[in-house]
Amino acid sequence: MNAPSTPPASWDGQKRNQQARIERGAALAKGREVAGADIVRLLEAVIEPGDRVCIEGNNQKQADFLARSLVRTDPALVRDLHLVQSVLALPEHVDLIEQGQVRRIDFSFSGPQAGRLANLVEQGRIEIGAIHTYLELFGRYFIDLTPKVALIAAQAADREGNLYTGPNTEDTPAIVEATAFRNGIVIAQVNEVVDRLPRVDIPADWVDFFVKAPTPHYIEPLFTRDPAQITEIQILMAMIAIKGLYAEYGITRLNHGIGFDTAAIELLLPTYAAELGLKGKICTNWALNPHPTLIPAIEAGFVHSVHCFGSEVGMERYIAARPDVFFVGRDGSLRSNRAFSQAAGHYACDLFIGSTLQIDLEGNSSTATKGRIAGFGGAPNMGSDARGRRHPSPAWLRAGREASPNAAMPRGRKLVAQIVESSREHMQPAFVERLDAWELAETAGMELPPVMIYAEDVTHVITEEGSAHLLRCTTPEEREQAIRGVAGYTQVGLGRDRRMVENLRDRGIVRYPQDLGIDKRLATRDLLAARNIKDLVHASGGLYNPPVHFRNW
Amino acid sequence: MSVKKTSFFEASARTRIARLVDPGSFSEFCPPQLRHTSPHLARLHAPVAFDDGVAVGCARLAGHPVLIAAQEGRFNGGAVGEVHGAKLAGLLDKAVSERPAAVLLLVDSGGVRLHEANAGLIAISELMRAVLRTQAAGIPVFALIGGSCGAFGGMGIVARLCAEVVMSEQGRMGLSGPEVIETVMGVEEFDSRDRALVWRVTGGKVRRALGEATRLVEDDVAAFRAVTADLLAEYGARPLKPSSLDTLFDAHARLTARTRRFSAARDGREIFAASGFSDIDGVPLMAVDAFNRHLMETA
Amino acid sequence: MEQFVMTFPAACRLAEAHPPRLCGVVSSGNLEVLVESGDPGDACRIEVSTPATGFRDIWAAVLRDFVERQPVGGLRITINDAGATPAVVSLRLDQAMDTFRSEKS
Repeated sequence: MNAPSTPPASWDGQKRNQQARIERGAALAKGREVAGADIVRLLEAVIEPGDRVCIEGNNQKQADFLARSLVRTDPALVRDLHLVQSVLALPEHVDLIEQGQVRRIDFSFSGPQAGRLANLVEQGRIEIGAIHTYLELFGRYFIDLTPKVALIAAQAADREGNLYTGPNTEDTPAIVEATAFRNGIVIAQVNEVVDRLPRVDIPADWVDFFVKAPTPHYIEPLFTRDPAQITEIQILMAMIAIKGLYAEYGITRLNHGIGFDTAAIELLLPTYAAELGLKGKICTNWALNPHPTLIPAIEAGFVHSVHCFGSEVGMERYIAARPDVFFVGRDGSLRSNRAFSQAAGHYACDLFIGSTLQIDLEGNSSTATKGRIAGFGGAPNMGSDARGRRHPSPAWLRAGREASPNAAMPRGRKLVAQIVESSREHMQPAFVERLDAWELAETAGMELPPVMIYAEDVTHVITEEGSAHLLRCTTPEEREQAIRGVAGYTQVGLGRDRRMVENLRDRGIVRYPQDLGIDKRLATRDLLAARNIKDLVHASGGLYNPPVHFRNW
Repeated sequence: MSVKKTSFFEASARTRIARLVDPGSFSEFCPPQLRHTSPHLARLHAPVAFDDGVAVGCARLAGHPVLIAAQEGRFNGGAVGEVHGAKLAGLLDKAVSERPAAVLLLVDSGGVRLHEANAGLIAISELMRAVLRTQAAGIPVFALIGGSCGAFGGMGIVARLCAEVVMSEQGRMGLSGPEVIETVMGVEEFDSRDRALVWRVTGGKVRRALGEATRLVEDDVAAFRAVTADLLAEYGARPLKPSSLDTLFDAHARLTARTRRFSAARDGREIFAASGFSDIDGVPLMAVDAFNRHLMETA
Repeated sequence: MEQFVMTFPAACRLAEAHPPRLCGVVSSGNLEVLVESGDPGDACRIEVSTPATGFRDIWAAVLRDFVERQPVGGLRITINDAGATPAVVSLRLDQAMDTFRSEKS
C-alpha cells in the first residue's frame, strides 16, 4: 500500500454546510413551511455560488413557481449555478442562463426551449456538460452530479412536510433520494397544505422546506392525441406493425413512443388486432404513460397492466377506477415513477416502437434538427438492446436467434422498431443520406452527433410502403437496400437497387402489405376504435375528463 | 370485418349520398367527367375539383323519388362558388318540374366562396329564392347537417328556409361563423377557438333545443337515412301546405313563444337549463335518444 | 400550379368497360382521381394538376409504379392534387382503380 495522503481536515464539512444552510433557511420559515412572499429570500439564503441545482420538471409536471422565484433572486448572490435536471422546458430555465446566473447545464431534454438554448450555446454563454437520457442523468445524480439544492413539485404537503405527489410522481423520488441523502437541501412547492395527506410519497424527513405556490404547478397534457387527426397512412402503418411485428413475435411486453403513429396502433387493437385473434396474445403488459388512446384496448380486455412514467391530465378518475390495470396507491390514485418505468422499459419489455424525424442509410435515427438542441428524454433507453438482460421470453429469444443464427453462444435481443411515413408534408423526407444531427454537432461543438437510436439497435423500420426486417440482414449492403426498399419515394427510396430489394422480399426481409396479407383498402378511419376525443370519453364510461382544448363541449 | 356505422361527419359528400339513398339508385347530374370546374379558382392558381365541391342528382330513399345534393366540406370549406351554386339552384328548379317527394340538401358549407365573392353571393340569393319557390310548389326541402363545416353564412340561411332541418350533434348551424364573429366583434365577444363555446352556441343539440333543427340524430349516415325516410312518409301522408297568411301567423306564434321561453338565455347552457335539463354539464355527453326523449317529455 | 401529362405504355388492360369514377377529395394533403375509359390502346394517359412545383420526377416514379401494378391500358386518369404525399397519392390511385372496377357499365 502507498502511504496515505493527507486526510481531509474533517469528514463532515458537507454535513455542516448543509446544517448551516438549513439554519439560514429556518430563520425565514415556520417549521418547514415558508410563506410564498419569502421564497425568493429563502432561495438566496440557502443557495451558494457554484451550487448544483435541480429544478424539477419533466415534460409534464413543472416546479414552475420555484423556477419563477429563482429568476427573481439577486444575481450577485445566486450565481455560477450548475443546473442538473431532466428538462429545460420553461422559459424561466433559459431566462436564468440569459441573466448570467447559470454557468453550466446537464440535462436530458429541452423540447420547447431547444431554439433559445442553441442560440446561447452558439454565443458561448452557456457550457453544456452533456445531454443525457433520463436514466443516465438519474444515474449521475448518485455518482458525480448530485444536486446540492433540489427544487421540486408536489400536489400537497401536510404540516410536517410529508409530501403527496398525486398521480404525477414522475422524477421526484429519484431527485429527492439523491439530494436528501447527500447533504443537500430539498425545497418543495405544493398546491395545497393539508392536515392529512391521502398518502405519503416523500417523507417529511427528506424535505427541508415547502411553500404553497400561488397557482397549482403546471402539467402539460403531453400524451393526449386526438384520434380525429389520425390519417389513413398511419392506420396502414399500424396494420403493418400489428400483423408484421406484434403478431409475428407474440409481443406481450412493450413500450410505445409518443405520437400519432403509435396512437393509431393503440386504437387498432380492439378492432384489427382483435379480428386477427390477437387478444391475450399481444400487448398485455406495458411501460407507458396513461395514453387516452389506450382506453378502448383496456376496455376490450387487451391490457393486463400498465406502469407509468408520469400521468396524463384528465385520466385520473379513469385510472382510479381501473386499479387492476394501473399502479395505484391505497388512496386510489396513480403512482407514477419515471426512474422505475424507464428501468422497466429497458429491461422488462420485448419491444420499443416509436416515431422519428430522420433515418439514415445504416438505420441511425434522430429527431435533431438544425438550430435546435432538443435532447433525448427516454427514447435511447427504451430503444436499445438491454445487454444486461438475462431473463428469456419467446419474442426476445426469437429476435436473438434471428440476429445471430450461427452464434455459438445463444443470446436474446430486444426488438426496436422505428415507424415513420417516408415523406412528411411538403415532401420532407424521413430518409436521408446524412442526418442533420451531424451539422448540429458541428455548430454546437458537441463531441457526438445527437443520435436518438443507433443503427445497431434498430431491428425494424416500418413505413407506409412496408416493413424492413433489419435483424435478418447479413451484410451492410443488404441492410442499406432493406432501408431503401421501404423508403418510399424519397431520394433514398428511389435510389434502391430494385433487383436486390426483390431478393430481400423473397427472403422476408423487406415485406410489403401484400406480402403480409394486408389489404391496403381496409386502411380507413373506420378501423379506429375511437374516432375522436368524445368517443374516448364514451369508451371510458364517462370517466376520462379531457383537457378543455381537446373538447368541443 | 365488423359492421361499423358510417360517420356522417367523416364521410365524403359522395359517400354520404351513396349510403343515405337506396343502394345504387343515385344518378348524378353534371358528373365529374364533364369537368365543370371553377374558372375563378383556376385563374387564381388554386386547385379545382371536377364537381366544384358539390354532387347533385336524383335517387330513391325508401322507395321515394328524391333530388339530392351533397356539399363537400373538405373542398374549400364547402363554400359556394358560381358553378357550385348553379348546380344547387338548377337542382331546385328541376324539382319544380319533376316533382320528387322531396329535395335533400346535405349542407356542409361555410357560406360564400371568397375567391368568387360576387358570383357566390348571387348564387346564394338564387338558392334562397329557389328553395322558397320549390316549397311553394308543394315540394319540401330538407337540410341534413352533420359535416365538419356545418351550415354557415348564406348556407345557414338556406338551411333555415327548409321545411325540415335534420342535424347531428357534430353539426353546426348559424349565420356568421365563429371566426367571423370574432374578427368583427372581438375575442371578448366570441372566442372562436373555444370549441365548447362554439358547439353550445351553434351545435346540433342547442339548435334542436331551440327548435331550429327539427330532428337530432346520431352521427351515423344510417340514422340520417332512417329519419329522412320517416319524414318522407310523413310528407307523403300530409303534403306541404303552400304558404298562407295562416301558416305565417302560426310561425309567428311559435317564434313568440320561443322568444318568451328563452329570452333570458345568453348561452347554450342557459338554453339547456330553460329546456328543463338538470345536469347541464352532462348534456353534451348525453346519448341522442335520451336527449330527444327529454325534449319530447318537456315539450 | 403545375400541370403535366404523362403517358405510359400499359400492356395490361381491363376486359370490360366501366363508367367513369371519381375518388378522393381536393383538400389539403389530399387529391381527387378521375378514372375514365379512354381510347382503346396499350397506353395510359395521366394528367396531373398540382400546387407543389418541382416534384415531377417523384410523380413520374409514383405513376410508373402504379401503372406497373394495375391494369390501366386504355384508361385516362386525371388528378387534381392539393399537396398529397406520395404515399397518399399511391393509396388513392389504388382505391380509385378499385372503385372503377367495382362498377360495370
